[in-house]
Amino acid sequence: MAAPPNRRPGYNRKAQYGLFASYVIAVAGALLGLLLTIISIADPTGFAVLRNMTAEVTRPVSATLRRLVSGIGSADEQIVAYVRAGSQNAALRRQVEANRTRLIEAAAIEQENRQLKSLLKLVETQDDEVVAARMVSSTASSARRLARLSAGRRQGVRPGQPVRGPEGLVGRIYEAGPNTANVLLLTDPENIVPVRRTRDNVAGISTGLGDGSLEIRPLSMGRNPFKPGDIMVTSGTGGLYRPNIPVAIVLRVDGDAAIAAPLANPAKVDTVIVQHVFQPAMIRPAEDAQPLPGPGPIQPEEP
Amino acid sequence: MTRARSTIAQDRSSLRTHGTPVITVMLGSATTILPIIAVTPALPPFGLLLLLAWRLLRPELWPLWIAVPLGLFDDIMSGQPIGSSMFLWTVTLIGIEFSSGRLLWRDYWQDWLIAAISISFCILGGSYFARLSAGGGSVLVVLPQIAWSILLFPAVLRLCALIDRWRLP
Repeated sequence: MAAPPNRRPGYNRKAQYGLFASYVIAVAGALLGLLLTIISIADPTGFAVLRNMTAEVTRPVSATLRRLVSGIGSADEQIVAYVRAGSQNAALRRQVEANRTRLIEAAAIEQENRQLKSLLKLVETQDDEVVAARMVSSTASSARRLARLSAGRRQGVRPGQPVRGPEGLVGRIYEAGPNTANVLLLTDPENIVPVRRTRDNVAGISTGLGDGSLEIRPLSMGRNPFKPGDIMVTSGTGGLYRPNIPVAIVLRVDGDAAIAAPLANPAKVDTVIVQHVFQPAMIRPAEDAQPLPGPGPIQPEEP
Repeated sequence: MTRARSTIAQDRSSLRTHGTPVITVMLGSATTILPIIAVTPALPPFGLLLLLAWRLLRPELWPLWIAVPLGLFDDIMSGQPIGSSMFLWTVTLIGIEFSSGRLLWRDYWQDWLIAAISISFCILGGSYFARLSAGGGSVLVVLPQIAWSILLFPAVLRLCALIDRWRLP
């Protein structure tokens, strides 16, 4: 096949100028794009207005489709559960027996905890929940991990607020529009969460890897304390996330860090809860979304 | 009377002949509104695939700067840092323009190779900008996305050819 006709205009002067102009505009557009990229890397939420405007427009489509397909994501689990119903039933029965005693103990500890906290008079927001909403779509083709929430400023959602599902932490609010908000998922490399191990309070920092897993680095130098199977929960350090929200389970140890899987799979979570910032006074207004890891005024209570 | 009727017909046909490719690329960019909560970059960048398919199928269709507005729209929809597709897509189109001046004979495999290089460049560049803005992450995450975007390209080209047949009278 011969080459398809190209734009070479021959000796027509006017066409030559037109071609040159289109080159100039294209190069100028590319440079403008580069400039905008640099601006949006320096100030990631600077163009939030643009993004939120389109989010408002596309929200009905996403929300309707989401309602139609919700449940499909967990279809495989349903089938497997049906196949293994008998053995699973027996195992669950044993687990319920074991959990019942634990639950009673936990209730007692919670009661004691509340008394101790009221003695300390900690400044915390009391009402927990801002709004319950659905995650309707996500940045599926991009290397960033953001999901779109079907609630926004009108429902009380503000940037920085933690988002959790029934199984654990999902992320935090990145940008909020009138009726939609973007959630920075736990697995985004920008999302840094102070965590601790449930067993013995070994503190660490969880960072997203962008591929659906998390990297957990211990705060203390020295030997890597983490082992596969460790459950990590939020430590409450930094004042953004409430303590003891389940975050991840450690899969393997990799050098001086541990690779973990988030406990709440955003693909299967149907409804999420947006919570208030835990201790608003501790978050500086300029960087309300970036809790600095460091020792906070309250230490996490002993499990 | 006949004159007025003919202008109306012309308007509609102009939208159909020039609007259709732009609309298909924008629809491709808008696939991110599908209710998929992805934990990895799994969805191929359909906007880019359609842009390349139209460019390789109909080189004379668009001015060179078409990727500036289309890239901006893609950035808004995709969640990438605003401006990254604007830059990468335009650079890609300028690169294709120069390479098509060099190549005298073209066939299917060359088109696919050009598309494969362009797709890899745009996705890797996009992930570089995303990693700059997120402050970390691994480049390996996008390799599967590049692989199936390249494998999907011939199908997208076929789709464009079908739409092209409908588009032109």
